[in-house]
Amino acid sequence: MNSTRKKFKTKLTRERVRSAWLFMMPMFVALGIVAIYPLFNTIKYSFTDARLGDLYNYNYIGWFNYETLLFYDSWWWVSVYNTFFFSIVSVSLETVIGVIFALILNNNIPARGIVRAAILIPWAIPTIVNAKMFQWMFNQQFGVFNEILLDLHLISEPIAFLAYPDSAMASAIFVDVWKTTPFITLLTLAALQMIPAEIYESTRIDGVSPLRVFWKITLPLIKPTLVIAIIFRSLDALRVFDLLYVLTSNSRENASMSVYARQWLVDYMEVGQGSAASTLLFAFLTISTIIYLIVTRTNFDKQGVY
Amino acid sequence: MMSIKKISFFSLLIIILVYTCFPFYWAVVSALKKTGTGNFTVEYWPKQPTLENFFYVLSRPAFGSTFFNSVFVSTLTVLFCLVIALTAAYALGRIKFRGRTGLLMAILGTSMFPQVAILSGMFELTRSLGVYNTYQGLIMSYVVFSLPFTVWILTSFIRDLPMEIEEAAMVDGASSFVILFKVFLPLMWPAIATTAILAFIGAWNEFLFALTLTISPEVTTLPVYISRFRGESEHEIPWPNIMAASVLITIPLLIVVLFFQNRIVKGLTAGAVKG
Repeated sequence: MNSTRKKFKTKLTRERVRSAWLFMMPMFVALGIVAIYPLFNTIKYSFTDARLGDLYNYNYIGWFNYETLLFYDSWWWVSVYNTFFFSIVSVSLETVIGVIFALILNNNIPARGIVRAAILIPWAIPTIVNAKMFQWMFNQQFGVFNEILLDLHLISEPIAFLAYPDSAMASAIFVDVWKTTPFITLLTLAALQMIPAEIYESTRIDGVSPLRVFWKITLPLIKPTLVIAIIFRSLDALRVFDLLYVLTSNSRENASMSVYARQWLVDYMEVGQGSAASTLLFAFLTISTIIYLIVTRTNFDKQGVY
Repeated sequence: MMSIKKISFFSLLIIILVYTCFPFYWAVVSALKKTGTGNFTVEYWPKQPTLENFFYVLSRPAFGSTFFNSVFVSTLTVLFCLVIALTAAYALGRIKFRGRTGLLMAILGTSMFPQVAILSGMFELTRSLGVYNTYQGLIMSYVVFSLPFTVWILTSFIRDLPMEIEEAAMVDGASSFVILFKVFLPLMWPAIATTAILAFIGAWNEFLFALTLTISPEVTTLPVYISRFRGESEHEIPWPNIMAASVLITIPLLIVVLFFQNRIVKGLTAGAVKG
């Protein structure tokens, strides 16, 4: 009796596993065509001297494109530096601000729905629109930021925020922080609401300072959520394209690795060189993600992000 | 003592609201001003609001056609991805098989990888297939990030459904196909709607592929249109017009987001805080 049931069960399991692969077939085919093939295609081009005008006649030139980037192209290293500077500063700031917002909103506040809707606004606005909106606000002559700073007598004459590489990068980080803080706030808020109220009660009786409560109790409890949020935001920031492309007008001084790779591909029409830059960015992101996952042993499968 | 605490709390709340709302408010105010950047003056409240910038943008044929393109391309991308993702998500969420975790990681990785990594390969692919600068080519490139995203979210939703509903059907000897479409699908509509909204926003906002794989306004999307917007004058950038166009393409999105905010927040946070 028992063994027949077992046999029945294994047969059923085998059948289910078979249908699982069948069910995933369309996805594999679609991703094979639109993701895997172009990826290998790009890697192939990175070893060639292909140009945009004629993608079908090219010579294989070995590691030449990579050598050029790594050893002779200082703009490549500028874009690497920009990408990291942008990502590290932006993700750190938005994490801190996002958590502070969440701590404030976690109290009993009036009109909770409206406040949460307001928090979602920056997240919902398309990045390109964001870039344009802030480009206008940063405008030297008519920008509202200059007007506010002048009115407050913090500056004596208007600043050309976007005219210099350093201030342009700072402005871009400002915009990115503005847009992505809601994501951190919402995730943190959800994590905070999972913490049972009883945990705090004992500390209230003992008169522990709120700051100490945050460091010793709240932060460790929201840490798993925060780690995932930070990983996601970092991966997103490291591939930044839209914002810098529009806000800093595709400038080389402020280019991220994504922007720089596209400049080679489209603006200079050097598909080989651009593909090498793309491949380096891809390899870097893949390797660092894998290392990170191994080191922190983050179990995405169990956590189920998003 | 209490009132000081309350006042500081409310001022913090107001700071948050100003921080999140002011930039869009400013775009609306600027769009309501008379055209001509040359005599633009900063007014925190428009003294003589006018809709002429909105009418100007709406009267441009390119705005209408790119708006349609955005709706069309995003909708088709989402529909295509949902159909393919549904069966895949069932397999990944409900059936145990070897290599499932690895596969899920790969799917998550694909949704996060930099689009520029496949840009030249995708360019060649669309050229070879003759779909460069067409809807098909654009949708094809959007599937790259939409499909893994859709699969991932649907998987985390489908995994949360209770075990029992499936077991009863399995005992009756129903095939996986029947279980998915007769048992799960009726329960999945809220999850599918949430996924569709999030995927739609992703496609609506996409810029890099649209910028690189299309050239004509008959095919390209709103973000590209906004980024290239020029007025009739060559000397000045028509900021009030640009702001009007920006507000117009953002408002449908804001309505969707505010209307479905519970759903979106759930979709964004669902799994991440289960712990």
